[in-house]
Amino acid sequence: MQSDDAGSTPHEPGVSTRTVELATALLLFALGALVAISSWRLGARWQDDGPGSGYFPFYIALLICVSSAVVAVRAFRSGADGEVFVTLAQLRLVMTVLLPSLGFVLVTQFLGLYVGSFLFIAGFMVWVGHYGWARSVGIGFAVAALSFLMFEVWFKVPLFKGTLDPLSFLGY
Amino acid sequence: MTEFASLFHGFAVVLSPFNLVLMMVGIVLGVIIGVLPGLGGANGVAILLPLTFSMPPTSAIILLSCIYWGALFGGAITSVLFNIPGEPWSVATTFDGYPMAQQGRAGEALTAAFTSSFVGAFFAVLMITFLAPLVARFALKFGPPEFFAVYLLTFCSFVGMGKGSPMKILASMMLGFALAAVGMDTVTGQLRLTFGIPDLMRGFDFLIAVIGLFGIGEILLSMEEGLNFSGKAARIDTKVVLQTWKKLPAYWITSLRSTLIGIWMGITPGGATPASFMSYGMAKKMSPRGAQFGKGEIEGVIAPETAAHAAGTSALLPMLALGIPGSPTAAVLLGGLLIWGLQPGPLLFVEQKDFVWGLIASMYLGNIAGLIVVLTSVPLFAAILRVPFAIIAPVIIAICAIGAYTVHNAMLDVWLMLGFGVIGYVFKKLDYPLAPLVLAVVLGDRAEDSFRQSMLLSQGSLTILWSNWLVGSITTLALVLLVWPFLARGVQLIKAQMLRAEARAAASADRR
Repeated sequence: MQSDDAGSTPHEPGVSTRTVELATALLLFALGALVAISSWRLGARWQDDGPGSGYFPFYIALLICVSSAVVAVRAFRSGADGEVFVTLAQLRLVMTVLLPSLGFVLVTQFLGLYVGSFLFIAGFMVWVGHYGWARSVGIGFAVAALSFLMFEVWFKVPLFKGTLDPLSFLGY
Repeated sequence: MTEFASLFHGFAVVLSPFNLVLMMVGIVLGVIIGVLPGLGGANGVAILLPLTFSMPPTSAIILLSCIYWGALFGGAITSVLFNIPGEPWSVATTFDGYPMAQQGRAGEALTAAFTSSFVGAFFAVLMITFLAPLVARFALKFGPPEFFAVYLLTFCSFVGMGKGSPMKILASMMLGFALAAVGMDTVTGQLRLTFGIPDLMRGFDFLIAVIGLFGIGEILLSMEEGLNFSGKAARIDTKVVLQTWKKLPAYWITSLRSTLIGIWMGITPGGATPASFMSYGMAKKMSPRGAQFGKGEIEGVIAPETAAHAAGTSALLPMLALGIPGSPTAAVLLGGLLIWGLQPGPLLFVEQKDFVWGLIASMYLGNIAGLIVVLTSVPLFAAILRVPFAIIAPVIIAICAIGAYTVHNAMLDVWLMLGFGVIGYVFKKLDYPLAPLVLAVVLGDRAEDSFRQSMLLSQGSLTILWSNWLVGSITTLALVLLVWPFLARGVQLIKAQMLRAEARAAASADRR
């Protein structure tokens, strides 16, 4: 549908749509097969007291397999048309968000959502956005403090403080 | 005319100072959400849902539904001023809205967009006021087979009316059902598809899916385009508003047609996005100035905006009357009902009169309030978009993470949210639709329950889905919709062949 993408001329190096299409369909197929097998084990047939636990998911899984197989076969037969799913330049941009986000969730696991989001926002602004330290730290702190007030203080919804709980001195 | 009495009762419920404040807060938040990339109606409401846990249900739904109206309005601002659709349903608005802004008619385009949004929503609410109680009364007679048939209809119409590959719609929808099946089986108590991971016992919550698929996925997508937004300045003054309003009545046919398209697409879960495209296409075909479309024609703004709002509003009808949402956002609102301890479905109209009529009354007031807010404060909201993406992106991701965590107070959900974000990014680029996936996660368990209850009633025979005229006609309609894409392609093939045959006949006649 988005054939008029401005940034992706066929000459640019990147991952082809066909590859991603095939990979996605095969993954879906594998998932469908997994669900089908595990539903079958649960009892995908009529039990003494009615349909078993696996009855409904089993047919759902079959439909996943069928539809993804059709998509895969179509993608395979369409041949390499050179359409680019994502150019390397675009992929790099996407990764500049995705990788820090992964880091953010990892850090949050230990330091909690408030400290985590403060570090994430400030760090992202400094290293990706090339802002000054003062501004980045300021905005990061403002967002973290505001969400602390909103969730912990005003709405009494406690957020995750991390396994190390660095904010325990605040008494929340 | 019991509807009028109930409606006035609803107004009485809504018109408390607390609820009115919530309404304004909701609208403003909604417009901000609609303007920001990566935050939309569905995930915006999902993130804010936990904040309403302690509120009375009526106030909570007023706040959340007003966020939804605000988001619907907000999408138009970015479309017209920045050529960036803030929401998928405002893509069609960019076609003529942005050219108008380039010609310096941004104020006119925005006024037209907001006013048509309002008109579309208003008629949809009128329709809900009178039709929803009827549908609910009718649905009180439904048993499990009828409900399963309606679920079937809901999902089949995605396949039948969606654009794009039916196989991908099916795959995406079934993935949703499979995700819904994970966890404890409500009937037998067995654990399903948890693969020995204790955290999966709870199953996948659709709110996590919504936040990840729409929020994180959208951020990753907008990141591809690079970091720069460049927008047109806009100021709306009373003069422009009045001048535009004078022009609008001339396009009443377009408005009417778009409203009808929107209402139809909203009730059947076609959704606001296809409704806006369809309405734009129809207006282009039928308008005498159709050739001018795409160059800044005001009618090209009116048509999609009216339809999108009409559809977005009508999507609440099946949610209220049947407990079956017509759009992802309606699904999130439905999730809210469950959390606040209300049982969605036709009984809602009997047991929770205050809630239902308060909500319907707030739709009227919320849309009027929304129109006033957006008309008066466009420059303010446009300024939000001038905040660089390098600041917006991490802030939104942090907000999404907080929203995902608060659903169950579980960090696993935050990891899952990231996973759903990547899925959302890939699926969007490959044209796997996300709405059926989300609706399947929401409705999966209940569709399965009604299916199993029907099967128990009939001792395993599928004929129960045709056991009386009501359930039979719903089921048949569902199956027709399911095979519709194939039928349509068949008809096209036959037509093409006939044309070819005619051409051949004509050619041979010429030779003779």
